[in-house]
Amino acid sequence: MASSPNDSPLSPTQAAILSKVEPAELVEQPLVANDRDFNWVTNKICRIVETKTPTWWWVCMAMALLTASFTGMGLAYLVSTGVGVWGLANPINWGWAIVNFVFWIGIGHAGTLISAVLCLLKQGWRTSINRAAEAMTIFAVICAGIFPLFHVGRIWFAWWLFPLPNANAIWPQFRSPLEWDVFAVSTYGTVSVLFWYMGMIPDLGVLRDRAVQRLKLGAYEGSSWLTKRMDIFRKYFYAIFAMGWRNAGNHWRNYEMAYLVLAGLSTPLVLSVHTIVSFDFAVAQLPGWHTTIFPPYFVAGAIFSGFGMVLTLMLPLRAVYGLHDLITQRHIDNMCKICLGTGSIVGYAYIMEFFIAWYGANPYESFAFINRGFGQYSWAYYMMFACNVFTPQLFWFKAVRRNAALVWVMSIFINVGMWFERFVITVTSLANDFLPSSWGYYSPTIVDVFTFFGTFGVFSVLFLMFVRFLPLMPIGEVKYVMPQADPHCHSSHQKGEQH
Amino acid sequence: MSVPHAIIASFPDTPSFYHAAEKVRDAGYKKWDTYSSFPVHGMPQAQGQPRSKVPIFTFCGGITGFALGLSIVWYMNYFDYPLIVGGKPFFSPVFPFPIMYELTILLAAFGTLGGMFLTNLLPQHHNPFFESDTFLEVAGDRLLIAIEARDPKFDVQSTRQFLESIGGTNIEEITV
Repeated sequence: MASSPNDSPLSPTQAAILSKVEPAELVEQPLVANDRDFNWVTNKICRIVETKTPTWWWVCMAMALLTASFTGMGLAYLVSTGVGVWGLANPINWGWAIVNFVFWIGIGHAGTLISAVLCLLKQGWRTSINRAAEAMTIFAVICAGIFPLFHVGRIWFAWWLFPLPNANAIWPQFRSPLEWDVFAVSTYGTVSVLFWYMGMIPDLGVLRDRAVQRLKLGAYEGSSWLTKRMDIFRKYFYAIFAMGWRNAGNHWRNYEMAYLVLAGLSTPLVLSVHTIVSFDFAVAQLPGWHTTIFPPYFVAGAIFSGFGMVLTLMLPLRAVYGLHDLITQRHIDNMCKICLGTGSIVGYAYIMEFFIAWYGANPYESFAFINRGFGQYSWAYYMMFACNVFTPQLFWFKAVRRNAALVWVMSIFINVGMWFERFVITVTSLANDFLPSSWGYYSPTIVDVFTFFGTFGVFSVLFLMFVRFLPLMPIGEVKYVMPQADPHCHSSHQKGEQH
Repeated sequence: MSVPHAIIASFPDTPSFYHAAEKVRDAGYKKWDTYSSFPVHGMPQAQGQPRSKVPIFTFCGGITGFALGLSIVWYMNYFDYPLIVGGKPFFSPVFPFPIMYELTILLAAFGTLGGMFLTNLLPQHHNPFFESDTFLEVAGDRLLIAIEARDPKFDVQSTRQFLESIGGTNIEEITV
């Protein structure tokens, strides 16, 4: 290839054709569309928290608080009465509580995947969605934590989960996957908060500096009395959490190293969390649970459901705040493709479970799967299969990925399907185990339904607070992937001038 | 009387900012830094900075977490109150592996965040730079290089001329 035209073995005709053939120009879609400059990015992201609270926010907040109150009431009734208010009864003692726990904890996984795994893989497109996805992780872990905590029945003994001696000086037993789960989920929640917070420090510094700038400028005539007071509040609130960040090269050097290391730590963490959640099932000897496919299958399902939730949240935010230049079609395409990939892994796992149940020649295992497909809960199985296996396959088509409304609806289907997956796994195996004499049928009570419904409100309240008070996107990282930020860029991208 | 703290100079775009940083490094200044609202690729090398020491803190945190996980399980289920579960040995490094694994990651993450704060000498809520309006514009799109007065080569006149010669504009003295 390196030979010059003179010593090439091509005939003159070939050489003449070759000289006319030009390589096709591969255009990579920019991560920040419409050639925006740095100031535009800063203003766009900061003004979400700096401008007056929009009306839709208050409406959504009121609805979210109302919804959240269902969880509050459900839990208050449960604590004051007893865990019997849920539909749990022998042989199904892991009903909606565990289904909801696994559902919410799975949702969280996309946030860590975006912030950690995609960081290690140098995927520049993660920058504009990672902050919101990390927030989603933390709030989902909070919602998840509610269920096992109240599932213990006497919530005032929940401290027995922690490595502390109880009244008889007995410590927790570390052979139990449920105890591993306590460590996995609490570590996951804590590390997610640390990662989220550290990524936010530079942006909190930006918000602080902008508040100080406005206060110094003092142009508050004509604005309401609250405007200046809010800026004073912002100056101190963001300053406290920004810890005196100065955007120095030295700061960035240590910050980038710490970010990379945290990404490296979070990657094995996120894989371990849903693995350990799957151990809750896989270590038991129940047919349908006792399988080695569970860890990878749970992790893939978690990422699948998490990306579904990221799409559910980000598409409306993109529309309402006009973030189309930051969350471009390329971002949506990529998220849809990850849903397609992980959804296909999940579909493969469903089929492989059936195959192994037959191939393993264990009559109880075979029965468990035939029962899933054709037994008393087959409606749940088909719901799961339709939502999780067929929905993502539509993402093969560009026309589908480009239709934001359709993608949003499909992301809801993914969430519904993944909830049913956990229902199928938890309930069908418990309801029909080894002895037909011990079989049962589980249905939730209205308290179960209200408590779960309310967690969407809890999640929404937290997420709305995040959108309103914290930077929605990592400003520094978004700028980093822009062509103007490249120190070796000699194109026409000069700062600011072209607008 | 106001004492000079630093001299700051602005640069119009990332390439000139980057190359100016290389020139400051080559001129032998030690107490200086670049300021930008985003990390500039390759800037630590352009500034002649060594590799960040944050991973040392991560490592210490991780080792502590692993040892803590191993020792709490040994202490709680073997030493303080031996717990009989299925007639199995009271302790083995295998069954509590998830505990060790999670605590390793937990304390390594705390070490990383703490290491980032320690190496950056944060929190530091007061700094003379915050008094400068020009400095606050770094939050938007300004790119600054600041040479501090505590640098042995610092001299108000010659440093100002030097910053001008490497393409700096809006040169400003920050005083304490």
